Amino acid sequence: MKGLISLDVISGIIHTMIGLATPFLYAAIGETFAQSSGVVNLGVDGIMLLSAFAAFYVSLVSGSLALGLLAAAVVGLLMGLLMSLVSVTLKAEQGVSGIGLYMFGLGMSSLLFKVLIGTVKTIDGFKPLPIPFLSDIPVVGKMLFRTNILVYCAFLLVPLAWWVLNKTTLGLKIKAVGQAPAAADSLGISVNGIRYLSVCIGSVLAGIAGASLSISLLNLFQDNLTAGQGFIAVALVYFGGWSPVGVLGGALLFSIVNSFQLWMQVLGAKIPSNIAVMLPYLLTIVALTISVNRARQPAALNKPFERGES
Amino acid sequence: MRLRRAFIAFLLAVGLVGAAVAAPFRIAVVMPSATTDMAFSQSMWSALMIIQKEMGGPSALEIKYTDNMYNVPDAAAAIRDYASQGFDIVIAHGSQYGSSVQEIATDFPQTTFAWGTDVNTFGLPNVYAYTAAAEQGGFVNGVLAAKLTKSRKIGVTGPVEVGDAKTYIDGFVQGVMSVNKGITVSKTWTGSFSDVALMTAAAKTHIANGADVLTGSSQSVVGSIGAAQDNGHVMWFGTQADQASLAPNLVVCSQVYDWTGMLREIIAQHKAGVLGGKTYVLTLENKGLKMAFNPSYRLPGFAKAAAERAIKGIVDGSIKVQP
Repeated sequence: MKGLISLDVISGIIHTMIGLATPFLYAAIGETFAQSSGVVNLGVDGIMLLSAFAAFYVSLVSGSLALGLLAAAVVGLLMGLLMSLVSVTLKAEQGVSGIGLYMFGLGMSSLLFKVLIGTVKTIDGFKPLPIPFLSDIPVVGKMLFRTNILVYCAFLLVPLAWWVLNKTTLGLKIKAVGQAPAAADSLGISVNGIRYLSVCIGSVLAGIAGASLSISLLNLFQDNLTAGQGFIAVALVYFGGWSPVGVLGGALLFSIVNSFQLWMQVLGAKIPSNIAVMLPYLLTIVALTISVNRARQPAALNKPFERGES
Repeated sequence: MRLRRAFIAFLLAVGLVGAAVAAPFRIAVVMPSATTDMAFSQSMWSALMIIQKEMGGPSALEIKYTDNMYNVPDAAAAIRDYASQGFDIVIAHGSQYGSSVQEIATDFPQTTFAWGTDVNTFGLPNVYAYTAAAEQGGFVNGVLAAKLTKSRKIGVTGPVEVGDAKTYIDGFVQGVMSVNKGITVSKTWTGSFSDVALMTAAAKTHIANGADVLTGSSQSVVGSIGAAQDNGHVMWFGTQADQASLAPNLVVCSQVYDWTGMLREIIAQHKAGVLGGKTYVLTLENKGLKMAFNPSYRLPGFAKAAAERAIKGIVDGSIKVQP
């Protein structure tokens, strides 16, 4: 087996990791907004699927990737509104309504794919956009600065989300509604309004996560394209302690271990493939067990708000 | 009296018309992925469409399907449902459905069940099993790949190390080694038949490591083909279905599963009252396996000649490929 320590291999592992982490970042940071306001949205995977289809189909028909991206965001928004209606206004059990939303997204994306496209096709997705000067840095430039716009935006989203959640009035309201909705309500904050907004922000980002798969990283659509990535994104929010920076750490850990095990297989490491593919999940569970900080969990998570009830 | 004769004539006429519009033969199929997956499920679906056309269309052969049944309990419910609806033949198209077929077939002794890929009929008189000697086409693709690679590095993107996914890849490696033992064949397994994103990452990893030829099995290889297409200079070898339409400039050859011969025989047997008890194996010899050379790919003559020699050798038995 060729050494894993060579510069080319390390560069390859990091490059693969960045691609794998992108959909997790969009979806998990979006879910961080929803959960910070007290709503667990287990429908992330369904939103990703339907949005991935919308992005692919609109791009295929119109020839415009920007329109495809917009379609994904609109589908995400509509599904976010549906989730909010069911879980915030109608106060349905959040876990069950999220699973319902997932199944709707899974089934509807499959149906629309069959009716509107029929077979697997590929498109030209977002092309790599080398950043001037930075992309010319030896090794690092190739690893980090020669990828496409949706990948750059996923990583820029981390500080942006951190700033919104921690340094803006909106962020403080979101966290107040997630921690103590009755107190927030007594201060005149619209609990349901903030929850609607947070779930919709999360769902739009989940929609872009889906688009990042179908028109940026894979450039195709197939039934169940996400293969459960939305559920991993939800787990990453717990892993990250409801913080965008923590989510970034979790997404990078999961992706780098996945990337590492692929490289190990390619380089002929003598370990059974079953063990190799288990590695990312095993390490994530171990890290989750060790690192999760329940003290930071929003106190009103998964609890519908009823004025007059504490 | 005249009225009675007229009534009898009317009944006869109704009977004749009824016989003329006899109930169609009915086949149901349950599949783990979409009918359009460019791989395993599509191979069976395409064969059923051909058989339906041969028999005279939907009025002669009714076909119902349930796809994307990756969840085995859901698939088992669908198999039982079709059997209870009185379908003549129920096809459980997935090696994961074996125990479900074994359990359900005993409850419906008048229904023919066919399932694969596997060789086990469980000793039941109404169960057929079917499989493909995927290693044979894998060997031919391997010979071609060895003739065409310039970097002498070949990447294999597999799903799970079982069934025809494994035998295809084992045959492919034997084919490469029969030409040049100095070529490096690297294998990756994603642990999933449907994880397109991870399959894409695996293919990109092979390419980053210098591979200029890729192959693989399962419905998720559309991701590998996409990765090859992004690169633009990597050849692809397919299996299960003809994958040329996905990347006409890069797909060299596909091993195609042709289930039509098997389906014709199972239908004929069912009509003759034989409901099961046999295993079918698709091979190059019985033409259940076909090598589809992509007409859009400029295949050098020496490579095609080597592939044709390999096909001939496998058919006449002078080349033995280990599954």
